[in-house]
This record gives sequence, structure tokens and C-alpha cells, in this order.
Amino acid sequence: MVGLALKDPNREKQLFASRALALFVIILGLAALLVLRFVQLQIWEHEAYQTRSDQNRIQIQPLPPPRGLIFDRNGELLADNRDTSSLSLVTERIDNLAATLERLSRLVGVTPADISEFENRLRRKRRPFEPVVLRPALNEDEIALLAVNRHQFSGVEVTTELIRNYPYGELFAHAVGSVRRITESDLSKLDPVTYSATKFVGKRGVEKFYERSLHGEVGYQQVETDAHGRIRQVLDISPPVAGQNISLQLDSRLQIAATAALGDRRGAVVAMDPRSGGLLALVSHPGYDPNLFITGMSSEQYGKMSHSLYKPLFNRAINGQYAPGSTFKPVVGLAAIVERVVTWEDTIEDNGFFKLPNQDRIYRDWTWTVNNSGGQGTVDLHRAIYRSSNVFFYDMATRMPVERLVSFARQFGIGKNLSFDIADASVGLMPDPIWKRGYKGEVWYPGDSINMGIGQGDVLVTPMQMAVVASTLANRGAMVRPRMLLSSDAPLPEIDPPAPLPRVEGPSPQDWENMVDAMEDVVHRGNKGFRGNGTAWFYIGQDISYRMAGKSGTAQVIEIPQGEEYDADLIEDFNKKHAWFIAFAPADDPVIALAVLVENGGGGSKIAAPIARQVLDAYLLPQLAAR
Amino acid sequence: MSNDFIRSLPGHERDLRANWFYRINVDPILFFLLSAVVVYGLIVLYSAVGQSDALFQAQLIRLMLAFTALIVAAQLPPQLYIRWAPIVYLLGLGLLVLVLLVGVTVKGSQRWLDIPGLIRFQPSELMKIAVPMAVAWYFHSRPLPPSFKDVCVALAIVAIPGGLIIMQPDLGTGILVAGAGLAVVLLAGLPWRWILYALLAFAAAAPGLWYTLQDYQRQRILTLFDPESDPLGAGWNIIQSTTAIGSGGLFGKGLLQGTQSHLEFLPEARTDFIIAVVGEELGLVGVLGLLVLYLMLIGRGLYMAANAESTFGRLLSGALILTFFVYVFVNIAMVSGLLPVVGVPLPLVSYGGTSAITLMASFGILMAVRMHKAW
Repeated sequence: MVGLALKDPNREKQLFASRALALFVIILGLAALLVLRFVQLQIWEHEAYQTRSDQNRIQIQPLPPPRGLIFDRNGELLADNRDTSSLSLVTERIDNLAATLERLSRLVGVTPADISEFENRLRRKRRPFEPVVLRPALNEDEIALLAVNRHQFSGVEVTTELIRNYPYGELFAHAVGSVRRITESDLSKLDPVTYSATKFVGKRGVEKFYERSLHGEVGYQQVETDAHGRIRQVLDISPPVAGQNISLQLDSRLQIAATAALGDRRGAVVAMDPRSGGLLALVSHPGYDPNLFITGMSSEQYGKMSHSLYKPLFNRAINGQYAPGSTFKPVVGLAAIVERVVTWEDTIEDNGFFKLPNQDRIYRDWTWTVNNSGGQGTVDLHRAIYRSSNVFFYDMATRMPVERLVSFARQFGIGKNLSFDIADASVGLMPDPIWKRGYKGEVWYPGDSINMGIGQGDVLVTPMQMAVVASTLANRGAMVRPRMLLSSDAPLPEIDPPAPLPRVEGPSPQDWENMVDAMEDVVHRGNKGFRGNGTAWFYIGQDISYRMAGKSGTAQVIEIPQGEEYDADLIEDFNKKHAWFIAFAPADDPVIALAVLVENGGGGSKIAAPIARQVLDAYLLPQLAAR
Repeated sequence: MSNDFIRSLPGHERDLRANWFYRINVDPILFFLLSAVVVYGLIVLYSAVGQSDALFQAQLIRLMLAFTALIVAAQLPPQLYIRWAPIVYLLGLGLLVLVLLVGVTVKGSQRWLDIPGLIRFQPSELMKIAVPMAVAWYFHSRPLPPSFKDVCVALAIVAIPGGLIIMQPDLGTGILVAGAGLAVVLLAGLPWRWILYALLAFAAAAPGLWYTLQDYQRQRILTLFDPESDPLGAGWNIIQSTTAIGSGGLFGKGLLQGTQSHLEFLPEARTDFIIAVVGEELGLVGVLGLLVLYLMLIGRGLYMAANAESTFGRLLSGALILTFFVYVFVNIAMVSGLLPVVGVPLPLVSYGGTSAITLMASFGILMAVRMHKAW
């Protein structure tokens, strides 16, 4: 071969001709295969296909799976499904859409808003002959009217579907979340087959996090329909698989009690079991009725809700970020002990104000605002907690490097979302010099550390994060992840168990006990005069039947800009301080830890502590009585 | 041999020159067959677009552009194609790399290059011509049948762009581009034995290849064997298209009378699935008619290729014609449920412009190679 490697035009031409001929034979063979296939389809199997096409009739309809139910820890239903009937149109079967709409609106009252919504839905991508909803939520009379007049209409259907129902309405709106109607932008993210029959998708909270499990598997049926599109017979059915039922840690009795305790104040209550992290109650007030998002509301209603100054759609419990104020002091105190800048025996003189050497700025104690004489006198760490001495913690904060305080505080989860299954929770902020330079372009001033000592400045936490701080104190340093899920029938795919959290490092067991003792005195130390009582004793400690540890906080508000649209009283209201209280009980064997926040509520001990007490009473008193 | 002699006579030459078609380097038979397919396609398309004048006119304009591309391509001397073959190939490779780096992603694959305000095009479309051209160029100056080394080089020329296109990922086009290149190797006289070995090796490797496919590609193949298993997803198209074809019977339901296509049960009726409209409305007779037109077109093309003057011309024309058949076969087999669903339009009939222009340009090259004398 190698020797013959010369171009031979004639031979090449012949070679090509023979190849071309061989290939043309192969082509004819393949073409014959196609012909055979068409003969099979069009001659041999023609009749079968003819019938199929004639009746057209064989349609495949997707069947939506019933969404999984959500229970609380006692088996109370928090979310289920109910039947609703809606009026739908199959536009392919309607000759004159305008006339049909006109006649229908005379019959059952279709508003122009319904029609414009209908036209929106019509524009979306859909399967041929798929019914499009014109009027949701028909009542019995309307269903009867349509049934009687059914013969007059072609392509008009009354379809019944299962929709989500939240029996408690507003009560669990922020805790459980809700489903919303699937929008155009959702469609690009959802699997088109799985969601081919589904109209709603979990948009918030548990409904969103566990969407995959709650949704279930779509089914389908092959149906034969008549010329009007009505089902004549079901040929084949592959039933949908219902979504998983799940049980939550929530205790609906406690949720009701917490909601009642908060009353009509704006704020949040987060209660958890410090042993498991299970969220027993999660309240954010004001709330909203999630059922409105399912049965539909007018754009006016929605506008009112979403633009309200009181932000009912905002989940304060997990997304509200506030300065922790004095509830941060136990963390600062333990940091000072760990850093050995103070011992439990050391004292300082609190004259009511604090000054840095060589600086004029005075940092005051809170006592100036209630009693005309400032200062707490001689204060050790224990007393600084139950009296909530600002001066003591100003001092502590200046005694240690800010980085040490910050890294100690971060162990409690501030600046992170430690939750097991609450993906939307905000992370808060534990500022440090690097953050300040990067974000504000300024250096860290000693004053920043001083403010941090009493939980002010740029420190931001959510109520859920403060509940974690409370439960960490209750656990004497052991950390747990806050979680919604209690149990499910089968393992859920959403769960990718996060690593267990390490203990808070540094404090000795005795340090934790001392801190808990000081926090017990916040509630229980009384009848010793203004400078001897725990800050919350007067409000909640006089008649308490169990040992409770707590810490109040009153957080400064970042002033809202003055705008013309708000009246002066409202502005004043919004400039009031936020009231905090964190607590756990029973102090020596805690089964519940919580955080209460009241926006613009004023003093933490006066406003937030009684709410905390009510919630703990509701949980503990029945248990104690049973014993 | 004797034909060559007769054609070289002055008198015959004068006859040819007298013909208006020959003056513009157009083969009248091929041109007539192409026009027949296009007209047939337009009639079916008019029904498939639901008699929409706007869509129909848009397609008319595209087809006129495509015929213009044919005429222009036919005027260029074959020497020019030889000279430009490697340059166009390298340019195409560069564009394919560019697509992977900065391409526009449509429906999950990066296939498009977007020059804002100017044009948006798929470089892989260019490679449908550039790859066989490059292989033909390589073999042009080498003795045939090719040596083992030459076959290896040719395979590399095919595999690089093929791989780049599959990475987009666009498995269908990648295979078609590679197929066009391999057609040249086949026509160049690759020993049948080797072809047999390659087929056996492929059969052996098939189970391994299965694991390299994307999920949706596997789904399409599985759906082929049992379309009822996924009636809401990929199976929908096949169930609907076979119903449309089967219900057409021998003579069809009549033009514009197809219920499946007009009630919009049939998806993509005017693009990839248009043969189902032919089957439903014009029946087996209509399908056979179109198939016969295609086969005549291919026969004429192969005849012209065999009579081309140069190795380059023969190989390139032959490969372009074979590719054309592959499109026809893959499309019809896919719609009738013999092959998995891949995005291949029915040549010259489906609605859309890019493929019509590429195809017509390749027929123009075929004519240029055949009609230009004295080179």
C-alpha cells in the first residue's frame, strides 16, 4: 500500500462512484424502512388511530396530589385541604368567547377583575383543552345555577379542586407560612411535569421549606371526552401520591397563649424547648390571614396589607433585627469572666455614668431616666446583672479587646442562621473592626466597644436568636438548633442533617451556675428597695410559683426619618424604645426558654417581662399542677 | 470517460452555454426538484400555520433568501472553496470555543453567539458545511483510498468540532456535524472492514455511553420504547404525532382538515413535527410523494457528485448530499416514533430559516463544483 501512495484520478473516480452507488442502495433501504413504518401506522393500524383521533378525544389529564397535612405536636391540624368549586372555561371549545363571558356574568356575577385575571391566566403556557379558571370559590347557589343552564354552554365547566386551608387563620401565619398561587416566574423554577396539575406552591415558612415533601407526586388519567369536552369515561388512571404529612414542634395552646399575651402590641414571641431546640411557639404580630392568599383578595386589600406601616406580612420573629439591649449583658459578663478581666468577687463603683480617660463623652446609667439620682453604688457582676448596671458593662467592654468579646458572642449564634429548617431566618449582626471599616469606612472607636457592652451600637439580633441565647444559658452552654419539624411518616428529602453544634467554650460549670443565679435574682429578688430588687421583680416576681431566670432589655431605636405622610403622634410612637425579655424556667431544670420583643414598647421589665411570664405560666402551670 | 470527451467538445459546450440555467451555473434538474420540494412544503406549511398570512409570508421571504444563497454559492469557483476550506474550518472552531466562553444560553444550552444589535447565530450551523469541506480538503491532495494515518487525521478534524458542540450541550447537532465529516471519510474509500469494526466497537461501548448521557437524553430514549410511560412529558409528542399520522390513512383527511394538528394536540406542528401534518392531511400517498421527491433529489445529487471533476468536489458534494438524507431520515423516523426526539427540522419543509439557508447554500456548492469547468 505504501508503495502505491500516488494519486490516481481515474481509480479515485471509480472508487467514489462505487461508494456512492453502495450508499444510495443503503439510502433506499432506510427509506423503505420509513415507508414500512408509515404503512404500519397508516394502513395496518389506521383504524385504531382513527378512533383515537375521532373521539379526540382521548385526553390525558394530570391529577393534582393532595398536599401533605401539617400538625402541631399534639396532633392539632394547622394546615389541611378543602374542596372548592370554580368556574372554568375551555376556550378551544368556545366559538364566541366575548358572548359567553357576557352571558356567564349575567348568570353568576363575574366581575371585570375576574375577567382580567382570567385573561392573564389564558396568556400563560398551557396544555390544549386545559380548563382556565374564570371565577374561583363558587357558592352552592351558583353551582346549582350553572348546573341547570349547563346545556346552553359549551366549554364551560365547574371544576372542583382541593385547596389549602389554615383552620387557625392568622394564628400560625408566620410560624407555618403559606402557599400562594403559582406565578409565571415560579413556573420557570418548578418541574413542569410534577407541577402540571398544581396551582399552589409553598411560599413561606414550613410550607416553603418542606415543599418537596408536602407536594406529593402528580397522577394522571386518560379520559374519553365528548364533543363538549365533558368526560365520558375514564380509560386509565394512575392516581396521584399524596404529599407527606408532617408534625411540627409547635404547641397550639402555647401559640394561643403567646398571641394573647402579646395582645395588640407589635412584636414577637419565640419559645423553644432548650433540650431539643423545638420551637414551641413562634408569634409575630400583627399577622395576616393566609387563607386570603388562596381564595383570593382584591388588589386593594393586598395593597393595604403590603403598604401598612405596621407591616403585617413581615415576620418579626425571624426577620426582625433589633439591638439586643441589656439582654446581651449575660453574654458580655461571661466573656469578661472567660477573658479574666473580672472575677465574680470583683466590684466597681457605679456613680451613674462612665467616662473614658481623656474624653468628655459621658455614658449614663439607665437609672437616670427613672430616678433622679443616678448610679447603683458598689456593683459586682452578680448585682450588675440583676440591677442591669450599664456602668459595670461599659467598663467590662473596655477591659477586653473587642475581637475577644465578638468571637465569644458569636458562639451564641449571633450573625448566623443556626436553624435546622428555617431557611429564611435573618442572621443579625455581630460587628467588629473589620466589618466597620468595610461597611462604614470608619475605624473602630472605643465608644463602639462601650456601646457593645450594653447590646447597643451596631449589634443586631432577631427574636429567634435571642431565644437561642436564652436556651444556651438554660443549658449551661450546650447549643441546640431551633427547629420546626417534630416528626414525619417517612424520612424527608429536604433534611440534610446539619452538624451538631459545639458547646460554648470558656465558662466553667460554676460560671454558668453563677450567671443563672444572677438571672434568677432579676425575677425573684424583691422587697429590698429600689437599688436592691431585681429589675423585673416588681412586675412579675411577687407571686411566682416556680423558679424563673430572666433578663430584661430596653433597646434604642434608630430614629425613623420624619416624613410628611406620618402624623406627629405616630412618629413619637415609632421612636419609643423596643422592650425585650429573655427567660427560661424552671431555672435548675429548664424545659422552656423564650424571647419576647415588643416594638416601641418601652421598658423591658415593665412591658416585655409580663408577657414572658404569661407564656411560661401557660406552659408550666398545667405541668406543675399535674405533678 | 466517453462522457467527458463529449462534454469537452466545443459544440456541446455551446449548447450548454445557450441554456439560461447553465449560464448561471445552475443544474436545471436539481433546481427543479428543489423547487418541487419547497412548493410542496409551502402548501403543507400553509395548513400547519393555521393559514396565518403573516407566518406564511415570513417563510416565503426566508425561502427567497435561501434560493439567493444557492445562486450565490453556485457562482463561486471551486478553487475558492478549496482555498477557504481550512480557514473557514479554523474560524468555525474559534467561534465554537467562543460560544462555550461567552455564548448566550437558551433553554439550558449555550448555542448562540450574540453580537448586540447585529446578529445572533449558531456557529454549529456553519460547521455543518465547514467540517465536511475541511475533510474533503484534507483528502484532496492525498492518495485514495486513505491510509490509516490519513483516516486518523480526518477523524480528528471531525471529532474536535463535534466534541465542542456536544459540550454546549447539543447532542443532536454534534452528531449531525460529525456525521457529515464521517460521510466524507466513507466516500473517500474507507475499507468496509474498518467500518464493520467501528460498528462493532460502538455496539460494545454503547452501555458505557449510556452513562455519559444527560438525564433528559436518557428519558427521551426510554420514552421511545414506551411512550405511555411518560404521557405528560416527552411521551406526549410521540403519542400525538403517531395518532395524527395513523389517523390520516391512505389518502389523508384532506388539506386543512387535520384535526390533530388544528386542534393543537400536535406540538411543534409547523417546525420539527410537520411530517405528521403531511401524514394526517395527505395520508400515506402524500408522505410517499414527498419521500420520492427527496430520493430523486438525493439521486440527482449523488450523480452530480460522482461526475465532479476533482476529488475535493466529489467528496464534498457527496458528503453534503448524504447529510441531507440523514436530516430527512432522522426527522421522519423521530416523528413516526422510530428514533428518540432530537431537534432536527424536516429539510426545506419545516418552518424556520437557518437550516433552509444552510441547506440551499450546500446545494449551491454542489452546483458550483459540478458546473464550473476548466479547473
